[in-house]
Amino acid sequence: MTSTESSWADHPAAVALAGRHRLRAWEPIPWILALAFYFAFPKYLGFGTELLVTILFAISLDLVLGYAGIVTLGQAAFFGAGAYTVGILAKRGIWNEPITGLLLAAAVAAAIGLGSGLVLLRTGGLTLLMLTLCTMALLEEAANLAHDYTGGFDGLDSLPIARLLGRFEFNPLYPTTQYLYVLAVLFVCFLFVRTLVYSPFGQSLTGIRENTLRMHAVGAPVRRRLVLCYTLSAAIAGIAGGIWAQANAYVNLGTLGLDRAASVLIILVLGGYGRLYGAFVGAVAYMALSHFLSKVYPTAWQLGLGLLLVVIALFARNGILGIAEVAARRLRALRAAP
Amino acid sequence: MTAPLLETRALCRNFGALTAARDIDFRLEAGARHALIGPNGAGKTTFINLLTGVIPPTSGAILLKGHDITSVGQAQRVKLGIARTFQINRLFRRLSVLENVYLAVAERVGAAPSMLRPAGSRRDVIEESMRLLDALKLAAHANRRVWELPYGRQRLVEIAIALGLRPEVLLLDEPAAGVPSAESHIILDAIDGLPKEIGVLIIDHDMDLVFRFAQRITVMVSGTVFATGSPREIGADPNVRAVYLGQATRG
Repeated sequence: MTSTESSWADHPAAVALAGRHRLRAWEPIPWILALAFYFAFPKYLGFGTELLVTILFAISLDLVLGYAGIVTLGQAAFFGAGAYTVGILAKRGIWNEPITGLLLAAAVAAAIGLGSGLVLLRTGGLTLLMLTLCTMALLEEAANLAHDYTGGFDGLDSLPIARLLGRFEFNPLYPTTQYLYVLAVLFVCFLFVRTLVYSPFGQSLTGIRENTLRMHAVGAPVRRRLVLCYTLSAAIAGIAGGIWAQANAYVNLGTLGLDRAASVLIILVLGGYGRLYGAFVGAVAYMALSHFLSKVYPTAWQLGLGLLLVVIALFARNGILGIAEVAARRLRALRAAP
Repeated sequence: MTAPLLETRALCRNFGALTAARDIDFRLEAGARHALIGPNGAGKTTFINLLTGVIPPTSGAILLKGHDITSVGQAQRVKLGIARTFQINRLFRRLSVLENVYLAVAERVGAAPSMLRPAGSRRDVIEESMRLLDALKLAAHANRRVWELPYGRQRLVEIAIALGLRPEVLLLDEPAAGVPSAESHIILDAIDGLPKEIGVLIIDHDMDLVFRFAQRITVMVSGTVFATGSPREIGADPNVRAVYLGQATRG
């Protein structure tokens, strides 16, 4: 019944768990593509920058929704908080250095995440969904009312963002600096989230998603973990918002709006949530689809997107990556069988 | 006289006008194999929820090794050594069997809050989880998703998770519930093989199981302790037969 030390390290389950976090051969591909995009499409770097920011924002949502199972519709609250932090500090001439600006954006968004999370995460399900929505709406209305600071409905434009590292200028017409800067920040944030989800902490978040009651019963401080996860996710969303404001040199109420929160949710569902790379695949698919559909049918292109979502919800719960996983598994099974 | 492992004193719990537990005085000794039986609605599950801190009592006290833990929270009670299984599986269904146990062991050894190291680098947690699965004859299934397992094996994972917490008190809520009779021997073997030093409280309807394992039996009826005694005493008690054993033969 008992066995000697280390005799289980070779068991397939132990090998799988011990090596789960290792880099897979295909994982550099999205990064290579992103760099290739920089050289191949210099005219579309503005679009590319927007895409990368969207991916970063979607990753922040994947952490709470895909891994911890917190159903939220208010993620744009943190995006907007980060964007306005950068915007207000720059416009008032208090702080305009980009990198430290992002850290401040992260800190403000995290503080809002912590404060709201402590209250919201006492609830669950639909109540939680509505409360996250309310938090975002409150922030949006507050930004609208605080006209003197936020510019109200007009927002703040021509933000005087300083040169990156004192050398590289953010030129709105030729956003080469923006693209590489956002790519670098996305890479760092992604590495952090990737490390997090494969850690014991990430594993326990998955446990909470799979069975909250049981996590209580194994003695996990469930609420504390959820609030921590929510706060970290808010910080990353804040970085996404801050970098968006820096790249565009403006900020408006749209950063806090339901449109942004909903589209990033659609992106995750499309790409596949709880999968790290779902944000990448979903964002590319969403941007490509909306581009294509709006050309085909400019007045009601969202109808096509809606129909696609219905199909995904009915037949492919795990999104595009889920389909890919099933296909890969079938292929392997075919190869295994002679 | 040394204090019992787990003790309740005049424990009461009301849900509105309904009294789910009334003046329960109960003792569980270290290493005991104790069974709690009673008809449906007798308050057995409420009693478990009180012991584990899921719900607070309306009045009364709960003591672990003589220390009052009545106001101690659920997570802290697990750390103090009280673990439970569930009547209906509460598993991490889409995770592997190993990952299910890993979660419990990681929580116990304090590895779970770690954010910057991979879960797989805690070889000690993996090793202990695998050994536990081996002891329950689940090692061959360790890499399968829990939902793929037959129901009886899923019930074993229930027990494995609880044992991953290295409890001193183990509360088994109907461990064999829903298991087809062809598979039930694996549950019985698992209960047989539980570490001797653990105080085990088994809540069950299955009289074969109860009379096979229990050294003491407590009968609950309508939220109160109706009788406590050895299996022989309980089996011979005409009142118990009248309120409970008579009905139980249906199942």
